[in-house]
Amino acid sequence: MTDTRRTSIFAVGMFLLALLVATTLLSLASGAFRISFLDLLRIIGDGPSGEPIDGVAHNVFWQVRLPRVVLAVVVGASLAVAGVIMQGIFRNPLAEPATVGVSAGAAVGAVIAIIIGLNEFPLGVQIAAFIGGTLSTALVYLLSRSDGKTEVVTLILTGIAINAFAGAVIGFGVFVADDDDLRSVTFWSLGTLGLATWKAVGVVAPLALAGMLISTRFARVLDILALGDRPASHLGVRVEPVRLQAIAVVGLLASSAVAATGIIAFVGLLVPHIMRIVLGPRHRHLLWTSALLGATVTLLADLAARTLLSPAELPLGVVTALIGAPFFLLLLRSTRRSQGGWA
Amino acid sequence: MTTALIAKNLVVVRGNSTLLNDVSLEINAGELVAVIGPNGSGKSTLLGAVAGDFALDAGSVTLNGNDLATLAPRELARARAVLPQQIVISFPFTVREIVAMGRSPWRDDNDDERIDAAMHRLEVMSLRERTYQTLSVGEQARVSMARVLAQDTPLLLLDEPTAVLDIGQQERFLAIARALVDEGRGVVAVLHDLNVAMRFATRVVVLHEGRCVASGDPQSVLTPVLLSDVYHQKIQVTTTMEGRSVILPEQR
Repeated sequence: MTDTRRTSIFAVGMFLLALLVATTLLSLASGAFRISFLDLLRIIGDGPSGEPIDGVAHNVFWQVRLPRVVLAVVVGASLAVAGVIMQGIFRNPLAEPATVGVSAGAAVGAVIAIIIGLNEFPLGVQIAAFIGGTLSTALVYLLSRSDGKTEVVTLILTGIAINAFAGAVIGFGVFVADDDDLRSVTFWSLGTLGLATWKAVGVVAPLALAGMLISTRFARVLDILALGDRPASHLGVRVEPVRLQAIAVVGLLASSAVAATGIIAFVGLLVPHIMRIVLGPRHRHLLWTSALLGATVTLLADLAARTLLSPAELPLGVVTALIGAPFFLLLLRSTRRSQGGWA
Repeated sequence: MTTALIAKNLVVVRGNSTLLNDVSLEINAGELVAVIGPNGSGKSTLLGAVAGDFALDAGSVTLNGNDLATLAPRELARARAVLPQQIVISFPFTVREIVAMGRSPWRDDNDDERIDAAMHRLEVMSLRERTYQTLSVGEQARVSMARVLAQDTPLLLLDEPTAVLDIGQQERFLAIARALVDEGRGVVAVLHDLNVAMRFATRVVVLHEGRCVASGDPQSVLTPVLLSDVYHQKIQVTTTMEGRSVILPEQR
């Protein structure tokens, strides 16, 4: 029994990996400037500093498309893993960085940092985003729990409040600041990968990687937390310290992603849910498979964002919200049913 | 394994109400202690206090001479298991996965064997691939108990373990509890059913308004006078032809 399951987890993992590789290649080849798969191989063979056969394609690939694709992979994986951890510690399948306001909190931190000039310092924006994201996670956590359980209604309402507040701060920040770095409200509220650079990748990737590596430590404990706080502590879990650490990891993952791309909603909601249906709720497998699927989903959404109305580009958040919001409603209904009313 | 848990002069205050007032409790290996009393008398609070769930306002709980507060959570989890009243599990874990969580404080070569043994004992083997949410209340209770058994501890604290079981399941469950005691484990069970306490407990502790009003062997503690007083209801204790004591409410 255990063996067949292990095989199927291995098979699912391989499938997700193949899907990610295929999506990556497709993303690298498609766009306003098409690169054939053959040229793709040649350009990769040349290397970033090699003698370009076709200068434009070479530059598009190394300077525009590859950093964008890498950023999509990193951010998508981060958001999905952050979603898995949040759902685990909140004991609620509706928790996700964007819907409950963590991403918005991170965006507020980033916007404030830019206004007061912290962006002059290395990692200044990321650190401010981390503080904003972690604080809002902690706030949501404190406000929406009663008797060791997060109520759906309170969770969503807390999210609405935090998102509204953050939206106002972001809007005000963009309004008063005359700073190129602040770009636009659209960037922060709808998210885009259009500004991906190697520099952004260089900042986000190590933070995201660190967050994902730390998250593997929580896998077993997140399983046990599904029993509830008291039963978990009876099994030797130090519930509160673990939860605080997990909140910090969510803050790290969500805010490094937000600092680079703005708020991309619903990836952290959709992806863990799909993986839970496919593999069951054990976090050991949920974490890494969700990272793979999160990367793939974000890549596909970004591909749609930049090719559907080509050469114009949709904000990535528009695409994820178009798919994610109806899904969120369905999930809300089923959660309501399984948890009995609006409890 | 001779394990003893000793709770002395426990006081637990929440807001204006004193939930436990100077209650002491001792559990030794090979004992089944039944905690009885009306609703709100502090039974579950007492169980939580000896489980180490919260800080006490006064008094102490020691496990083999060590204060509970000084023990590492995992050490404690290897010494005592707790069966809560009905629990809600937030994700669709299978029965087998939930029972396996009981091994969390150990995680050793015995895991598979203990998990299977616990599932056999509670007759939930056939449910192993079902998800917890799809089970009946009685099945869920048995799965939770299997998880507690898998934890393989010398002490077990059970909060109303038989409340949702039918009479047949209840008898089988109590046989298991008695077997655990015969193995040399100590069991504390919060019970509502006085007849169950009478038949199975080696010792009965009666709580009333946060105080311990009686403690001792069932025959001498469960008397019509005491029970009638505690429950505000005339209660008779009669003896059947086989010599078994039966506790019945008097009809008004």
